[in-house]
Amino acid sequence: MNFPINSSPHVLPITSVPIIMRHVLYALIPSTIVYVWYFGFGIFINMLIASIAALISEAIMLRIRNRPIKPSLADGSAIVTAILIAFSIPPLAPWWLPVLGASSAIVLAKHLYGGIGANIFNPAMVGYAILLLSFPVQMTHWIPPQIENLGFQNIDLWSTVLYSVTGSLPSNLNLDAITQATPLDIVKGGLKNGISINELRSGPLFSQLGGYGWEWINIFTAFGGVYLLYKGIIRWHIPVSLLTSITIFAALFYLYDPNQNLSPSFHLLSGATVLGAFFIATDPVSAAATNQGRLIYGASIGALTYAIRTWGGYPDGLAFAVLLMNLMVPLIDRFTTPKIYGQQQ
Amino acid sequence: MATATVIFAGIAIVLAILLIVSSHYLSTTENEVIDKIESLLPRIQCAQCGYPGCRPYAAAIVTDKADINLCPPGGNETVRRLAKFLGSDFSPVTKYSTTANLNEIAFISEELCIGCNLCLRACPVDAIVGTHQSMHTVISDHCTGCRLCIPPCPVDCISLVSRNA
Amino acid sequence: MLKYPLFQSFYGGVHLESHKNTSNHKQIARDFLPSRLIIPMNQQFGSDAIPSVKVGQLIQKGEVIGKPAEKNTTAVHASCSGRVGAIEKHPVPTAGKVSTSTCVIIETNDENNIAAQKPPLFKNHLDKLTAINHAGIVGLGGAAFPTAEKLNRKSSHCEMLILNGAECEPYISCDDLLMQEHATEVLRGALAMMEIVGAELTVVVIEKDKPKAIEAISNAIETIGSKCIRLTDIPTMYPTGGERQLVEALTGKEVPSGKYPIDVGCICQNVGTAYALDCFFQLGEPLINRIVTVTGQGVKNPQNVAVPIGAPIVELIKFCGGYDGEVSQLILGGNMMGYTVDTDQLPVTKSTNCIITTKKATTPKPFEIWPCIRCGECIPVCPVRLLPQQILKAYENKNFEELGKLGLSECIECGCCDVVCPSHIPLVENFRKAKHLRMQEIKSSELSNAAQKRYELKTQRLSSQHANTEKLHADLKESIKESSKNDMIKAAVERSKKRRDKK
Repeated sequence: MNFPINSSPHVLPITSVPIIMRHVLYALIPSTIVYVWYFGFGIFINMLIASIAALISEAIMLRIRNRPIKPSLADGSAIVTAILIAFSIPPLAPWWLPVLGASSAIVLAKHLYGGIGANIFNPAMVGYAILLLSFPVQMTHWIPPQIENLGFQNIDLWSTVLYSVTGSLPSNLNLDAITQATPLDIVKGGLKNGISINELRSGPLFSQLGGYGWEWINIFTAFGGVYLLYKGIIRWHIPVSLLTSITIFAALFYLYDPNQNLSPSFHLLSGATVLGAFFIATDPVSAAATNQGRLIYGASIGALTYAIRTWGGYPDGLAFAVLLMNLMVPLIDRFTTPKIYGQQQ
Repeated sequence: MATATVIFAGIAIVLAILLIVSSHYLSTTENEVIDKIESLLPRIQCAQCGYPGCRPYAAAIVTDKADINLCPPGGNETVRRLAKFLGSDFSPVTKYSTTANLNEIAFISEELCIGCNLCLRACPVDAIVGTHQSMHTVISDHCTGCRLCIPPCPVDCISLVSRNA
Repeated sequence: MLKYPLFQSFYGGVHLESHKNTSNHKQIARDFLPSRLIIPMNQQFGSDAIPSVKVGQLIQKGEVIGKPAEKNTTAVHASCSGRVGAIEKHPVPTAGKVSTSTCVIIETNDENNIAAQKPPLFKNHLDKLTAINHAGIVGLGGAAFPTAEKLNRKSSHCEMLILNGAECEPYISCDDLLMQEHATEVLRGALAMMEIVGAELTVVVIEKDKPKAIEAISNAIETIGSKCIRLTDIPTMYPTGGERQLVEALTGKEVPSGKYPIDVGCICQNVGTAYALDCFFQLGEPLINRIVTVTGQGVKNPQNVAVPIGAPIVELIKFCGGYDGEVSQLILGGNMMGYTVDTDQLPVTKSTNCIITTKKATTPKPFEIWPCIRCGECIPVCPVRLLPQQILKAYENKNFEELGKLGLSECIECGCCDVVCPSHIPLVENFRKAKHLRMQEIKSSELSNAAQKRYELKTQRLSSQHANTEKLHADLKESIKESSKNDMIKAAVERSKKRRDKK
């Protein structure tokens, strides 16, 4: 009888890349539901378009690079990138916005660096940054929460689809009337014009904790993040250090001058803070590798995000903070190498 | 406008000073480059590249832009390392079909050796012992398998065997 | 008395599916008598033993058939009575692979009379160690290091004897069963070892998933009434059973790279070794049996069997009911650090602790392997605190300098990183290849350096020789010139004198 020879260990790994990606997608379900509740079905359209664009560009790039297409398409990483991009662009957006975002993420940030595992930058954030820098108008036209008694003009699914496909709205709707800036944007502009935080926060787009609707989206995103932690897909180091550092900075400045600085809760529950902490900064490929390094990485992203939000030119700085820290990862990894067993240093 | 000009001019000056200082302290002399290239070569002094030894070849790479794929004992792996270090393109070793190999050593057949001493002189690393009119032998630990002893032998008594055998 | 705080954990490691209940619910089977024995001469570290019997000779159980080749190696004994059928080369599982070794092949008979069994008497300490070597006793944990050699590390003082019953590898349960059935003997063996090394404390380490063994040992400690034996149950975590991890878990100290546990005052011995030592001291019985776990989905009656050393695996499997359907792999040792063999015609050796027969594939298929996504899961599980993902990268780039810096040579190949890798990269396999390549690289660079040095010496010698010759020639020429000048003048003077004289 002849048996095959294999290298040890003789045991199958306990998880796999597609399983990880699938769990990330599951974890995004609660926040998607809340998102739809507040901002309508626009995000679904964006998710669909972005996913298709991501898969197509992934397939084309794999073909060009002479790599097997099927396993890489099936691992789900392109979909995760696309979904994260859909989260970061306005629910009411022309179709080419998600297409451009997803395809530039996949082509420029992922495959030009060597495909999955080799990218230096977080692909989704590269896609977002390209969109934000190239199309600032379209990227900042957010729609207000689609809740009846807020006093804004609402938009139905059909009009959203129409706008996405043709770039124009039905005659009874006016783009300027429908869209609003995001709460962080309003605060940024308002402070520049000398309006105090208290006055700004009395507006209809704000609630007790943060931006209206945004606080619940962030809280439900955090539930998804806890699911990932529970499943062991991510480790606690990056989210905890990121959220802690942003809270500490916000608290310090808030205590110093509550009229000019937003409260910690507002910082935590507005914009992409929680999504960033659990889903974006934790992208393993572009994050630091050791636990110690991840603490530094997460804390630095938190600090940079706060700095860009407060003093920078953009209302939300998470994407740029992540990209900047991606650059620092090799350095962090070098300095946080653990001491090898039995070797004195 | 004025502030911006000052700031950028300042940055430019600082960077220029940094560059000047670093070029002064971190410069590499030609000799250092030759040393490094020599260390990447197998250094068994077989002269199959057409230069009298490894260092002359290394010097030729630097000064005469000699091809980097002339070293048969080093094989393609050495060419790859040289290409990486020099930032040039890789091309496989083509110079000799009978490539020397670090895993082989010379062996002198005791029945045939006439003790002519010629191989002794050819050996670049003094790995052959013997004297006139008596049999020679190869010190296997020192032999590099460079084959330089084979052509001078008048009775063809030297062959190559695997190092581990 | 107790000098150490007994820590209970080490860095890294993974929880694994234990699979131990496949084999640990039955008593050790003691009636296995193979028809043929293939007894290898290379069952230990160091030189092989030399066969000391002739073909056709009748031998008794326990008789020496292989003499130790060197002073500190061990002898080999016949594990059953019978007739020597042949002395020939035969494939033998050795240290991770199958190699060929001289084997004494014995056709067994069922007389089973035992040669000269009485408790040995020793004149002195050294005598005792020699006797242990002659009894063929080696470490039964898997490495087969001569026990006497390990107990004879005189250089530093041993404070603690660690009796290793952790058995952290999945599937294996031979130590578990041994402790359950022979707790007193095991402890008596440990006390004997303690006396030899002069330790003050013995700690028996058992993983928490073996409650029966823990109970048996703690009862035995009470019965013996020795105050210098302590029992520690440690959390079930692979690879606690590794010597270095065990020392870290118990003392919090790290064994320095390239050194042994004795350098931090500990000696680790397997419980099976302690039992073998006790058998020898009490009954004079050399090491001719060991307990082997035969387990896995591919065998009908998985169980632990007391196997005479040299019994063919195929007969052992038959004894356990034979194969159950199609078997995909035969693994010697645990499924984490054991190795696959291609045939069952191999003998059981002193280091064979377990035989696993699998039915399902245990290696990921090529299309299920993704590139490294740098998830970092391999880092916190590495008990040596390496960065497997970066080692892999350095290996792919053939960056040997970096591999050295990253501590590739410290990798114990435990396989923890393989288990957690979501990209299913066979890391350990790659690291083995990397180690091999790096050794070759180091060798060839040593060769190159030596060659360069000798070449430089030769060039120097030649040039100085050349310079000397040149100088000699020049001097000669000079002297010839000088002398010939004078001679010529003299000759001319002579000639002119002669001419003048003629006139």
